Amino acid sequence: MAKLWVYGEMSEGKLNATAAEIMARARELGDVTAITLGAGAKAAAALLGKHGAKSAYANEDSVFDEFLAEPATDALADLYEKESPDLILFSFTSDSRDIAGRLAARLGVGLISNASEVGAKNGGFTAKVPYFGGAKVASVRANATPAIVLIRPKSFEASETGGTAEIKELAVSIGDASKRARVVERVVEASEKVKLEDAKVVISGGRGMGGPDNFPLLEELAGALGGAVGASRAVVDAGWVPYSMQVGQTGKSVRPGVYIAVGISGAMQHTVGMKTSKVIIAINKDAEAPIMKMADLGVVGDALKIVPALTAAVKAKKGKS
Amino acid sequence: MKIVVTVKQVPDPNSSHVLEADNTLGRDKEVVLDPGDECGIEEGLQLKEAHGGEVVLVSMGPERAKDAIRKGLSMGADRGILITDESLSGADAYLTARALAAAIKAEQADLVICGTESYDGSTGMVPPILAELLGLPQLTFAKKVEVDGSKVKVNRQTADGHMVLEATTPVLITVTAAIAEPRYASLKGIMAARSKEVKQLSLGDLGVESGERAETIESMADAEARKAGAVIEDDGTAVDQIVKFLADAKVL
Ligand SMILES: Cc1cc2nc3c(=O)[nH]c(=O)nc-3n(C[C@H](O)[C@H](O)[C@H](O)COP(=O)(O)OP(=O)(O)OC[C@H]3O[C@@H](n4cnc5c(N)ncnc54)[C@H](O)[C@@H]3O)c2cc1C
Ligand SMILES: Nc1ncnc2c1ncn2[C@@H]1O[C@H](COP(=O)(O)O)[C@@H](O)[C@H]1O
Repeated sequence: MAKLWVYGEMSEGKLNATAAEIMARARELGDVTAITLGAGAKAAAALLGKHGAKSAYANEDSVFDEFLAEPATDALADLYEKESPDLILFSFTSDSRDIAGRLAARLGVGLISNASEVGAKNGGFTAKVPYFGGAKVASVRANATPAIVLIRPKSFEASETGGTAEIKELAVSIGDASKRARVVERVVEASEKVKLEDAKVVISGGRGMGGPDNFPLLEELAGALGGAVGASRAVVDAGWVPYSMQVGQTGKSVRPGVYIAVGISGAMQHTVGMKTSKVIIAINKDAEAPIMKMADLGVVGDALKIVPALTAAVKAKKGKS
Repeated sequence: MKIVVTVKQVPDPNSSHVLEADNTLGRDKEVVLDPGDECGIEEGLQLKEAHGGEVVLVSMGPERAKDAIRKGLSMGADRGILITDESLSGADAYLTARALAAAIKAEQADLVICGTESYDGSTGMVPPILAELLGLPQLTFAKKVEVDGSKVKVNRQTADGHMVLEATTPVLITVTAAIAEPRYASLKGIMAARSKEVKQLSLGDLGVESGERAETIESMADAEARKAGAVIEDDGTAVDQIVKFLADAKVL
């Protein structure tokens, strides 16, 4: 049996949802040990046990919340000496990226980043990685041991196995040399009622929305459908909406039941973050926009006219039923 | 303050690049300075303007990557270093970072600025590996950087807001596109760039062994495409059709 680690990223005492998603694949590849560090680590380890981790190491020392990357790298590198897993899985999210890169360098092994799939092959591990903004998918083999792979959020669907992990306290002693990148403050700006990553319906706006003043039109539609609002990078960079709303390669990955792209052209870097949505609807005044070639329903027309009318129709229909 | 900015040359995001049969980009294809690194250079220049010092650009790539460095020099950076070596062709993030680290170490920089991820590679892994190899703390995903003496304060973009981070120099930071709008090179800048130094180094010069690759690309395929569905003109019935669609998808 291959020995695997899944690193469960903690933030503000909560486990990042990607860890449970990764568990769904990891448990098929071997015996999984989960590792969680920082406030809430024990509860998170127990949760990963429910998702198939056989064992877990947890440590709730505040040093992991107060300093970026280095304390966690030290803890993982120390534990590696004792456990030497074959494969270490991280999520492709900010904190995990910082830690995985440092750990790979510390262990001298390199790593595979931004993967959408990982599997065992010929006694080793391979991963699927989107290239050139998602136009191509490469199959990449890890040559070193341990193999380290970072998995994009929403690559797998989380599901519980009903198991329990044997949870061990991870002994750590973090020296001052690793207490350098200090977290002074964390500010939550997103006040979304429905979280973008978890929403069953996502309505995203792009440059075709014309300006920030028109985004409330999308909020209203989202409100009527019980969904969340996303955005293309073009409008995030333009300062119309915050980064927390960005969908795509350098933003969030979403996989809702319905994704409505409004005034978004459908650049690869955007679609790589939403193309596994169950149903895609595009509203665009250009029938030739790339998004039309992947939408289940493409509507050619002016978003600023269609969206308010659609909101009214949805509300009317809901009122009836 | 000595500032090193890592810069990568990438396929032009604005030209449609077609891959050759062997999954490499044709050598004659249009290449540009990575748009993300352009933001890094701009931030480096602004910090130099505020605090004095020098901005050094370091790139790993084929000889033509000198053009990317030259572009940064014409924006105002002081000099460049290009690491180029046959055995670096197809280098992965680990090897790239090892080569960059060797060149940057010799510079004794106070601040190393990288992009969060490159346009083509998009691994986002060169910066953290580089930070570890250089023995530096890392402040990542910066949308704002403030320097006060040896103290560096960063406003870090997060999935649901931001964080304030602090460290003391020397430090490595990665910057997002929100950090600064890159300036255009002036004619004077372009002229001045011609006489600025671009040192070329091989792996041998740096004492780096290329070694075995950490990863191998076994195959490359077109991404799975979704099939196009119905495309309708909005003739007044579009809204009804969308509502029906939403009902079929059971969200209404
Ligand atoms: C390294 C890198 C990473 C990137 N990461 C991301 C990412 O994470 N997410 C992302 O989204 N992008 C990303 N991009 C950018 C991406 O390449 C595109 O530039 C971006 O997605 C375009 O946004 P857009 O569709 O809103 O704008 P545009 O491409 O300008 O498209 C606007 C669309 O609106 C339509 N339109 C205009 N007016 C109307 C109207 N009244 N009604 C209806 N339709 C209208 C137009 O026909 C057009 O199709 C990245 C790029 C790079 C280089
Ligand atoms: N070949 C390279 N030469 C110089 N800098 C690089 C190179 N590759 C990556 N970088 C730097 O690392 C950042 C992230 O790139 P990547 O890790 O490839 O996604 C880039 O924005 C650059 O600043």
